[in-house]
Amino acid sequence: MDLNLTPNLPDPDGFYDELLAAHEGLDKAESDALNARLILILSNHIGDRAVLRQALKAARDSLQR
Amino acid sequence: MADAGYGLAFGLYPYAKVAAQDQPPQRHAVVIVGGGPVGLAAALDLGRKGTPVLLLDDHEGVGEGSRAICFAKRTLEITDRLGAGQAMRDKGVVWNVGKVFHGTDKVFEFNLLPEAGHKNPAFINLQQPYFEKFLVDAIRAAQEDGAPIEIRGANAVTGLTDRGDHVVLDIETPDGAYRVEADWLVACDGARSPIRKMLGLTFDGRVFEDNFLIADVRMTADFPTERWFWFEPPFKHSGQSALLHKQPDNIWRMDFQLGWDIDRKAELDPARIRARVDAMLGEAAEYELVWTSIYTFQCRRMKEFRHGRILFAGDSAHQVSPFGARGANSGIQDADNLAWKLDLVIRGLAPEALLDTYSQERVHGADENILNSTRATDFLTPKTEISRIFRNAVLALAKDHAFARPMVNSGRLSVPCIYDGMPLNGPEALDGPRATRVGAPCVDAPLDRGFLLDRLAGQFTILAINAAAPDLSEVDGISVGQLALATDRHDPTGTLRDRYLGANDRAIYLIRPDQHVAARWADCDAAALRAALNTATGKGR
Repeated sequence: MDLNLTPNLPDPDGFYDELLAAHEGLDKAESDALNARLILILSNHIGDRAVLRQALKAARDSLQR
Repeated sequence: MADAGYGLAFGLYPYAKVAAQDQPPQRHAVVIVGGGPVGLAAALDLGRKGTPVLLLDDHEGVGEGSRAICFAKRTLEITDRLGAGQAMRDKGVVWNVGKVFHGTDKVFEFNLLPEAGHKNPAFINLQQPYFEKFLVDAIRAAQEDGAPIEIRGANAVTGLTDRGDHVVLDIETPDGAYRVEADWLVACDGARSPIRKMLGLTFDGRVFEDNFLIADVRMTADFPTERWFWFEPPFKHSGQSALLHKQPDNIWRMDFQLGWDIDRKAELDPARIRARVDAMLGEAAEYELVWTSIYTFQCRRMKEFRHGRILFAGDSAHQVSPFGARGANSGIQDADNLAWKLDLVIRGLAPEALLDTYSQERVHGADENILNSTRATDFLTPKTEISRIFRNAVLALAKDHAFARPMVNSGRLSVPCIYDGMPLNGPEALDGPRATRVGAPCVDAPLDRGFLLDRLAGQFTILAINAAAPDLSEVDGISVGQLALATDRHDPTGTLRDRYLGANDRAIYLIRPDQHVAARWADCDAAALRAALNTATGKGR
């Protein structure tokens, strides 16, 4: 399977809200800790090393623009 | 003079002057330098095959302190083949349960749940001095049976000249210097290998800037026989990680990761060590400090383990972090791999090129160990802020969620090396179980009487299961054993079928002297077996 980089989330505004809400009231260190947990949980859920490798690359590439 | 260096746990080979010290240099087929686990195992293996071997050690016995303490199943299988396994099992502590803590929280608990149908447990804990003593005991027993093994204690190698077709060694003894010549030299002289240095050979890899304090304490308190590992231990001044593990004789092994910038001398002050141990065990615990030491480690190896007539084995050739018990266990696999090859070359039954495959196969093993132990070290000692954040996230998630537990890395325990894709491998002509594929060490199985590995006793063996193997007892002077088994008679538990046949109704395996699978077929003729044996002894296809 290939990494899906086309719109795939229903109600994107609602999800974005939920993502920020999860970080509400956290300081930087706590937010970093939450993000790390989230990445690990989602990576396990995806469970496909090829897809994860593409995701890591897409994230890294977007930094270098 | 040989340097006293360290205290002895057992004085096993006291210095005794030999006539050769006053004579012109005598030539030996094999000289092994270093009487640690690897040198002793190599000497024992060669001697039992009838190849004369001289072992030189700069001390007169076994050094004190637990050092290597976890011996894996494959090591026990190899020592079984060498006649020392029973003593190891009788003395060793068998353990299965490990607990992992982060601070005061228990993150999770694991059970090695050893697979049934093996003679040996997954691991035993045993102090290194016992391991070495049992090998020396087996050497003494082999000598009585005529094995040509000689050990010379307090014989320190101080110089070396490589003459191309042999090596000349300068040796210091309490009675002064003398020389010996060796057709083949096996350097088992440890991480700081003087022989490696004399040859000016490099040793490349990562040095980890960390110090570990080891304390062996004797106590009668009733701690369970479990491996307890702490990330960021809650007891004061205990460093980044700590380990508590039981050994025989009511001795407990503790490792404290102290960091890089420490005052070694101050840290070895008994009062300071006691403060740390008190913090781990609780103030009320009564114990006696038996042995303490500070060590650092590297993850690195030599580029090649063979240099002409000189072969490196064990820590002299490669070093790993202690997480995973991959040091001594991989060194024993080196000895296991080297002994039969050297024996055949010395007898003129195989080309010298066979010894290049020792380097290839064991470099492959060393790389696997270095990869695993480097990863464990990176998890244990996060090098950046973000790696610490992810590490702690894994530990936090592991408490509640099973998915994160396999990521917790306090050392991946040593498993046998499989020689996938190596040049000695012959045909893989059986759609059989992966665990016993070509290149793998044979997996043990209970038979109607005894265990399978006890029947594979150090020579090439044709294992025929429910099949008639071609009648072959030697190939070009190399003797070949036959082991014919029938699952309806010899396999009461069905384990042999599961591990060697899978869905097939029959199979023929060619097994190397070190119990690795050289080739396997559903059916084969004598020509195919001969060809595979030639391949497995470095004579090409």
